[in-house]
Amino acid sequence: MAASLDAAQGLISRRRARRFGGALALLGTPIGFFLAVYLAALAALFVSAFWTVNSFTGELQHVWTWSNFTTLWHGSIYRTVALRTIGIAAAVTITDALLAFPFAYFMARVAGPRVRAALFVLTLLPLWASYLARVYAWRLILDHDGLLNWSLQKVGLPAANIAYTNTAVWIVFSYIWLPFMILPVYAALERIPHSYLEASRDLGARGGRTLRSVILPLALPGVVAGSIFTFSLTLGDYITPLLVGGGGGTQFIGNVVYDSVNISSNLPFAAAYATVPLVVMGAYLLTARRLGAFEAL
Amino acid sequence: MTKVTWALCAIVAVALAFPAAGVTKQTGGTLNMIAWEGYLQPQWVTPFQKQTGCTIKPKYAGSSDEMVTLMRSGGGSQYDMVSASGDASLRLIYGHDVQTVDPSKVPDFKNFGKAFQSPPNNTVGGKHYGISLQWGPNTLLYNTKKVTPAPTSWSVIYSPKYKGKITVPDNPIQIADAALYLMKTKPSLGIKDSYELNPAQFTATINLLKQQKPLIKKYWALASDEIDLFKNGDATVGAAWPYQTNTLIAAKAPVKDLVPKEGATGWLDTWMVSAHTKNLACAYKWLAYVSTPKVQAEQAIYFGETPVNSKACPIMDKLSKGSCEQYHANAPLKYFKQIYFWKTPIADCGNGQKNCMDYTKWQQAWTQLKG
Repeated sequence: MAASLDAAQGLISRRRARRFGGALALLGTPIGFFLAVYLAALAALFVSAFWTVNSFTGELQHVWTWSNFTTLWHGSIYRTVALRTIGIAAAVTITDALLAFPFAYFMARVAGPRVRAALFVLTLLPLWASYLARVYAWRLILDHDGLLNWSLQKVGLPAANIAYTNTAVWIVFSYIWLPFMILPVYAALERIPHSYLEASRDLGARGGRTLRSVILPLALPGVVAGSIFTFSLTLGDYITPLLVGGGGGTQFIGNVVYDSVNISSNLPFAAAYATVPLVVMGAYLLTARRLGAFEAL
Repeated sequence: MTKVTWALCAIVAVALAFPAAGVTKQTGGTLNMIAWEGYLQPQWVTPFQKQTGCTIKPKYAGSSDEMVTLMRSGGGSQYDMVSASGDASLRLIYGHDVQTVDPSKVPDFKNFGKAFQSPPNNTVGGKHYGISLQWGPNTLLYNTKKVTPAPTSWSVIYSPKYKGKITVPDNPIQIADAALYLMKTKPSLGIKDSYELNPAQFTATINLLKQQKPLIKKYWALASDEIDLFKNGDATVGAAWPYQTNTLIAAKAPVKDLVPKEGATGWLDTWMVSAHTKNLACAYKWLAYVSTPKVQAEQAIYFGETPVNSKACPIMDKLSKGSCEQYHANAPLKYFKQIYFWKTPIADCGNGQKNCMDYTKWQQAWTQLKG
């Protein structure tokens, strides 16, 4: 009896070992790659944030110092830029959520299979075109003599003067990241069983009440999942602010990082500033997890 | 053999044939070059590649600072040459990023104007760290229909009259333009050199730029940005290079440029060779080639700048009538004297004082200013 039990345990542990071996074979390469490329780069970023450069020759000086972080803390400009970046990222996220919800609702619960397929294609279509081409297209729309002002003039309205401002940056970001909000919200809405809505109606709730008490709470994880994309993508971007922003007071964290590398040759300072969006995103993801966003992904 | 196999064989055969054809030509290797937009045009690069077999791979940079950073990227071995302006060249020399060159290997060197053979921005302690290329002023560009009367002073880019219609380069060296304006309009500040500013002079200059900031439509980063701004009516006046003016005029935009009465800052560019280049032979071939009167004239006319080779003047006139005079290639000393050439600001004020603001301070102030 004891012998057969031993044998059974041996079989189980052998099976377990084989399963472990299988997992290793499957995941070994991606995990190795992840460790080597991603984490190593992140570690290099953190380490170099504590170095400085010689201001004239631009050579790296491998001396440990907090000076980059004290500059960040005391320079009001860096706080302003960080708050602006976070503020616009939040505005873009809210805008996209408001635009995406009705659209995704229509796709998931109203449209027939054909219309739904067509809407899917329409949502994904912009992602097939180059990011740069789409940003430049917006420049043509928002320019002083662009499509927007031309249209406004046609209907007798005064010209809008929003090219190269934060408003332009907000509009373009909202457009560019919209598909990343629509898809998770759609997935969340589609998953709500029809019986829930029927139950709500049977209990006497009208449309508005059903939306508030049943649909919204169940769709919230999807919205939060989408917001991770829109918020983090806006937070890390510098190309859109560079191309459609550019007046006074339109710099993003990414632009200051880019300038620190490209203009000041100050990689350590850039690394130090780049930790700000990392920390912000870390806090954001923790909150998102609490709201159940990761189950909706 | 199936059809697919045949097709594959055919592709392989064609692929093999092409490099084989290339081998018969002189193989010169590749030069990775950092340059200003418009400095490596096919018009003169293609003949060079045919003559020497050296292939040129251009990388265009938007600012002197970007050039310095690029030259240092990848341990300094990524790029072979750079067309550095005066505000970058000293940094490259003192950073040991570039090597000394021998002017005797550049036959046209003796035809250069005296001021361009050993200028202080590329020659240190009698050693040449590059060969001068072209120079030019940073001009005032304006829309002739929207800016009337025609401006004669830099004051228009600080004037509320053109609020939201002004554009200036997104470049810390722009501080020197403001300092030059103050040097002429506020003599009480005692600015003698727009690149050597003591703390009080620097603060006054930054204050002028702060007043200018709400008037700015966009701080342009690329020449093409400014061209777009003028084409689309977003800007009507700004600081520019003659390149933008030429491109806009070619596109029939109603623009003109000038060196205002206060004078202008200017650039003197130098082709420098990386200290880590693996292709010195090709680099010297390029130095000799770009210094020849014909190439000097072609580049001068394309970019709208002034060649350092004094023999380029007649060829410029042949290529485009009156261009030698238009670009001041034969200008008297008086013209030359109103151009204040870019140089890297350092703590040494040049008058015994050591309290001038160095370039790091300029950069920090610029980031602060843009906000």
